[in-house]
Amino acid sequence: MPRITVTVDGIVYEEEVEPRLLLVHFLRDRLGKTGTPVGCDTGNCGACTVMLDGRSAKSCSVLAVQADGSDVVTIEGLAQNGTLHPMQEAFHAEHALQCGYCTPGMIMAAVDLLKDDPDPSDEAIRHGLEGNLCRCTGYCNIVKAVRRAAQEMSGEGVRTS
Amino acid sequence: MTEQIDAGMVARRIAESDRLGSPDPSREIGRARRRKEDARLITGRTLWTDDIQLPGMLYVAFLRSPMAHARIARVDTSAARTQPGVVAVYSGRDFAGEQGNLPCAWPVSEDIVIPDHPPMAVEEVRYVGEAVACVVATDRYKAADALEAIEVDYEPLEPVLDMTEALAEGSPKVHEAGNRAFTWKFSGGDVEAAFRDAPVLIERTYVQQRLIPTAMEPRAVVATTDGTAFTLYSSTQIPHVLRVMLALTTGIPEHLLRVVAPDVGGGFGSKLQVTAEEVLCLLLTRRIGKPVKWTESRSEGNLTAHHGRDQLQRIALAAERDGRIRGMRADLLADMGAYLMLVTPGIPILGAFMYNGIYKMDAYDFTCTGVFTTKMPTDAYRGAGRPEATFAIERAVDELAHELGMDPVELRRRNWITHQEFPYTTIAGLTYDSGNYEAATDRALALFGYDKLRAEQADRRDRRDPVQLGIGVSTYTEMCGLAPSRVLGSLSYGAGGWEHAAVRLLPTGKVEVVTGTSPHGQGHETAWSQIAADAMGVPFEDVSVLHGDTTVAPRGMDTYGSRSLVIGGVAVLQACEKVKEKARKLAAHMLEASPEDIEFSGGTFTVRGTSAGKTIQELALAAFAAHDLPEGFEPRLDAEVTFDPQNFSFPHGTHLCAVEVDTETGLTKIRSYVAVDDVGTVVNPLIVEGQVHGGIAQGIGQALFEEAVHDAEGNLLTTTMTDYLIPSAADLPEFVTDRTETPATSNVLGAKGVGEAGTIAATPAVVNAVVDALRPYGVRDVRMPCSPERIWRAIGESGGAAAGWAGPTESEGGER
Ligand code: FES
Ligand code: FES
Repeated sequence: MPRITVTVDGIVYEEEVEPRLLLVHFLRDRLGKTGTPVGCDTGNCGACTVMLDGRSAKSCSVLAVQADGSDVVTIEGLAQNGTLHPMQEAFHAEHALQCGYCTPGMIMAAVDLLKDDPDPSDEAIRHGLEGNLCRCTGYCNIVKAVRRAAQEMSGEGVRTS
Repeated sequence: MTEQIDAGMVARRIAESDRLGSPDPSREIGRARRRKEDARLITGRTLWTDDIQLPGMLYVAFLRSPMAHARIARVDTSAARTQPGVVAVYSGRDFAGEQGNLPCAWPVSEDIVIPDHPPMAVEEVRYVGEAVACVVATDRYKAADALEAIEVDYEPLEPVLDMTEALAEGSPKVHEAGNRAFTWKFSGGDVEAAFRDAPVLIERTYVQQRLIPTAMEPRAVVATTDGTAFTLYSSTQIPHVLRVMLALTTGIPEHLLRVVAPDVGGGFGSKLQVTAEEVLCLLLTRRIGKPVKWTESRSEGNLTAHHGRDQLQRIALAAERDGRIRGMRADLLADMGAYLMLVTPGIPILGAFMYNGIYKMDAYDFTCTGVFTTKMPTDAYRGAGRPEATFAIERAVDELAHELGMDPVELRRRNWITHQEFPYTTIAGLTYDSGNYEAATDRALALFGYDKLRAEQADRRDRRDPVQLGIGVSTYTEMCGLAPSRVLGSLSYGAGGWEHAAVRLLPTGKVEVVTGTSPHGQGHETAWSQIAADAMGVPFEDVSVLHGDTTVAPRGMDTYGSRSLVIGGVAVLQACEKVKEKARKLAAHMLEASPEDIEFSGGTFTVRGTSAGKTIQELALAAFAAHDLPEGFEPRLDAEVTFDPQNFSFPHGTHLCAVEVDTETGLTKIRSYVAVDDVGTVVNPLIVEGQVHGGIAQGIGQALFEEAVHDAEGNLLTTTMTDYLIPSAADLPEFVTDRTETPATSNVLGAKGVGEAGTIAATPAVVNAVVDALRPYGVRDVRMPCSPERIWRAIGESGGAAAGWAGPTESEGGER
């Protein structure tokens, strides 16, 4: 079995894995990183989105062996030193989640979206998040949250914490 | 870390509340509280059922029928048993003596046919996806591998796919007893008279396509036993109902069975079920003695989590020339699928009382025939029977308006129950306690810019613009707060509709609220905390809400049918009042006054006219210490309430949708959407708005995108999210929402329920808009989902109502 070295949320793991093991199952079943959920088996829903070497990736569509040598950040590693990421704050503030199942992936995808476009229009947000499905919110508050986070991160918003 | 997060948010939370406007800053009810639930969900620290890992846990995978209808001639599991990591392999036959039948709790008629429904098929399979065997292995991959080594011989039988054909003489049979499950009739007023010589008659047939509810969290089950007692974790909306039903089905005594619903990732009715997988996981852990887990894949879920809707509606409306509706007939065929599951037959019956909508009429007649087909059973999906009813009446009323050349809003005004007429008993026998259709409609029209849009529509029609504008109106009401137990009894439902709450004042003055409702995204922890904080005069942060575990919250009827706040929330409020009555006695004793002279305000009991008082926290500690209590006073401050409502509640609202339809491509774009809902008193406006948003999105999904499609052999073609299209952010517009607030008079909170409202209202609003855009072409209906292809064909087939309105088919020779 191939041996891989992966950094996940700042911790280095060295593991033997079956070649066919999906990254998301490696995270969930092997490392106990259950913060990243699975919502489909065709790469459509985006629930499993993580950061792979700084860019968002659907961890159900990546093999664990492909992540060898990579740096993975999951929703569990997004907050820094006990402070939530502005995107997490914004999702809470704008009531951008209900059941919360899509939320980890949605937040990771939104963080990545702002890397390319730090000040996106509503339309750009809606298109940018097209690969992340939410069945609960109707997306209105998700769009608001991303806009709010964009403002916060650009320094325009007032941070109270 | 939780503390830091919360501290960091306090200032902002207050600012937010102000921005959204709280009617009374000293009160929690009405305040836009940010949700307590969020902290664990935005950090990935929540617990979904599939997250659970237990020592020695084994994984279950099911082999499912690839045929819609077949006899099972042989199942050979021997090769699979020898695969690496495989602990056990069973076919339906191996459980034949033990597995019983999945329950149907709603035998709607005396003569209903309730076929046997073994969790794993033994003799015959009746839909694609029905479980025929299962593997238990040491990991999920090995379990899936071993499925491939199981051999099954099927003898194909004729599939039964179309309801009308299923009822015809000589149709192949789904079950020995035939394909008719039941016929249920209901009538009010003199229908013959209403239709006799009616000046205007509208007759239409509408198809409520089959939908796949698609909660984002796939179903998952974990079952474990210590040899005596059992625990079942399930992604379910109904841990309490499930516990009773599993005890009855498996023979595991109820007191030795604990059911837990951890965080549940959406339900929308799809997790209001007793599933084959839940029963079988319990039986497997009983047989093997190890914890087992099953998690469905999305494609497995699309096949085997129950489907929704699927009705054929024949509707007739009789009216006067001035638009007054005389009467209505609704004649339905409802596709049950292959078996009757928990409330399958009751779903269309829930709609029976709603076909008259918000309108006055002299007579109404309803008939529903439940039909078996070789498809996945249908059951509750957001709205459950009521969206179908609302769709039919709201579409038919629009057709009537068109027939009369009347504005659809004006026609509705002429027929709806006016504000002064409440309470009003409808032709379907329900008493609507309160409502103000005028106020909601006027607000919606203003927000929407109705007149301006109508002017633009006229202009585009004049210009023969290839992109036509359509305006859709939907004025809905629904019966919510399911349900008064006596009503459920009269409808032959197997259980009651009460809800339970317990409130415990802890020694340090903190409050525990135990609720029998079982949230899966709604935000009960926040809203129930607001109710208790107000009632008990304690800080919001000092309340915790416990739910979803039959050991922790032993009594309940769970969450569905927009019932949680209206029944469960009221129970919480009443339990708080009971605790306060006890506390009042203790306060009187400690303050040496009579209980009648004790006043309560802001968490403190005081003697009237004095400043002497005791806070609720001081009383909590005194009750705990129990050193000096009144005669006969038990040393505890807690109370339980089981609340059974007297009536349903009736939220209502007006939704307006503007669409642009490109008549050359058939593509529909929602240009604007306005929803003004009246859900009575609002506990948390943020949560209410979120429910409306999500509901509208699902209603739009049915109108424009979603359909479970089968091929001629009965295979489901829409097994993935590539084929079954739930709306993405790019497919939906921003929704404009507002509220009017006419409190319910049927409960002390004044709340009416909001979970299903958006879904019920949105579907007819959108389809009415699409049809309105295409009126000049002579189009009078487009089957849902109104896909570009269907719209394009509808234009072509209509032939054009007036010269110059010919659609693309004529020029391009499109065919059916
Ligand atoms: S689970 Fe990865 S995209 Fe759906
Ligand atoms: S919050 Fe439930 S799926 Fe997005």
